[in-house]
Amino acid sequence: MLENHAKIMKFFSAADEIVGRKKLQKMIYILKKCDFPFEEKYEFHFYGPYSEELTLRIEELCNLGFISEVKEDKSNYYQYRYQVTEQGDEFLNHSNIDLPPLEQMINDMKEKSSRFLELVSTMLYFDDLPKEEVEEKVQVVKKTQNYQQSDMDEAWEFIASIRQH
Amino acid sequence: MAYKDEQLNEEKVFKDPVHRYIHVKDQVIWDLIGTREFQRLRRIKQLGTSYLTFHGAEHSRFNHSLGVYEIVRRILFNFQDRPNWDNQERLLCLCAALLHDLGHGPFSHSFEKVFKLNHEDFTKKIILGNTEINKILKKVGEGFPQDVADVINKTYENKLVVSLISSQIDADRMDYLQRDAYFTGVSYGHFDMERILRVMRPVEDQVVIKQTGMHAVEDYIMSRYQMYWQVYFHPVTRSAEVILSKILHRAKYLYEQQYQFKLNPTHFLSFFAGEVDLEEYLRLDESIVFYYFQAWVQEDDEVLSDLCERFINRRLLKYIEFNPNQQMNEWMELYKLFQAIEVDPEYYLVVDSSSDLPYDFYRPGEEEERLPIHLLQPKNNELKELSRQSDIVEAISGKKRTDHKLYFPLDVLENLPEGRPEKKRIYEILFG
Repeated sequence: MLENHAKIMKFFSAADEIVGRKKLQKMIYILKKCDFPFEEKYEFHFYGPYSEELTLRIEELCNLGFISEVKEDKSNYYQYRYQVTEQGDEFLNHSNIDLPPLEQMINDMKEKSSRFLELVSTMLYFDDLPKEEVEEKVQVVKKTQNYQQSDMDEAWEFIASIRQH
Repeated sequence: MAYKDEQLNEEKVFKDPVHRYIHVKDQVIWDLIGTREFQRLRRIKQLGTSYLTFHGAEHSRFNHSLGVYEIVRRILFNFQDRPNWDNQERLLCLCAALLHDLGHGPFSHSFEKVFKLNHEDFTKKIILGNTEINKILKKVGEGFPQDVADVINKTYENKLVVSLISSQIDADRMDYLQRDAYFTGVSYGHFDMERILRVMRPVEDQVVIKQTGMHAVEDYIMSRYQMYWQVYFHPVTRSAEVILSKILHRAKYLYEQQYQFKLNPTHFLSFFAGEVDLEEYLRLDESIVFYYFQAWVQEDDEVLSDLCERFINRRLLKYIEFNPNQQMNEWMELYKLFQAIEVDPEYYLVVDSSSDLPYDFYRPGEEEERLPIHLLQPKNNELKELSRQSDIVEAISGKKRTDHKLYFPLDVLENLPEGRPEKKRIYEILFG
């Protein structure tokens, strides 16, 4: 029952706390691209890969009381903070979903900014293209983010390192 | 004259119940409609299993694709000569509108979930692969197929073009809401599209709405909200969707167990094996799927046979509201009880969540990815996000509705002998 919900719960449990919806979206996408079996469907939206299904699933988990969502007013935007609740822990105890170890990858991603994870996930979205074309594509679709070559070099390194895990 | 500029001698029109007429003057559009890949959309229903709830909902993706094309054509007619709009993009927009759903297969929601497919990938493959569509697009320009694919994939450089086809107030949504309302026969889903088209304005990288059009947009958002809960999320449709998914799961499972089907499922083999090529994908339409379902009713495997019989004859699963948090233990007990009565709970005891269906309600953006609807202010041309201006939209977009239902075969339970203790307990859990 609710196997896809349970996988997301495993992610939250391993992460301890996630701050920011965009970061959450990008982290799951990156894990998915590293062959973790998340089922949420992603599409390219205006600012990068985004999953409406994931957004809905998180809402359901909040409504069920399995994760807590705290909305913080950051003057010009809202930020959301997520944690697993006691009931969520209980749900996980009943679930027999098993995921490969993901703590290390999550920690690596948590240390990065959401802007950086946005770049990494966009590069992964175009990973069927040669490296040069990926970089060109990033400049086309993310013109306003003004990513520099140094950002992309760092992103390539990051992609190589997480794929080793 | 270049092919891209060629016009038909006489305008062609398709009579349409939603837009009255769909007008075609461009030779390219006319040629695209005539391709085998586009004609295939006639054999794929727009609303999948909804016809089992709303008997009128038999309309096809062909109807809808033409409708989206027509709406974009009308928007662009209004945009010509407006600032920020480059009319050189016109044909690209029309082609992307017409072809945006090209990769949908039969009952694509269930097929995508079970066989791990993505209709967007197939849209791209049809546009870029060795197809009649690709040949026509290439006649416009060598890079034109890629541009069309990029617009549909939302990775095209000009975001204004993308937002016409895909944004929170785009031609796709405006067509399907009205069309689905018309064919299901419900009274929701109607809004003043003509008014919205009149107040749409191209700005730098998006389509925005004049502030004076806010109430028409409120109506559109309201229609969307009601259509989701009254039509797209209808529990009976969800029941049919559950059975359909389980049929596909069972057939795939049997294939993996090297079960000998009485009728070799030739059209499904590449789906079962996870290696679907474009030609095989294009060959599978709803008539083929129904042919196999009819044949599988005669199979020796009782689960596959029963599920297919249920789907074809609309013997659907019943449901109750279910709270996975409060009823976790009950669910586990039910699971064991179903095993005890030899009804496989993997196929006949199913929790379906609202997030299992794509629910596309309005989101104001904030730190999320989706571009919100912006209202263009009359005095300073400033853009303001819709829900900050409209109390109605704020109320809807702030309301999070999710639900879970538990589906089960009531007919099977009813046929259990009265004295069986499992039956008594199952009834107690399900019905209190």
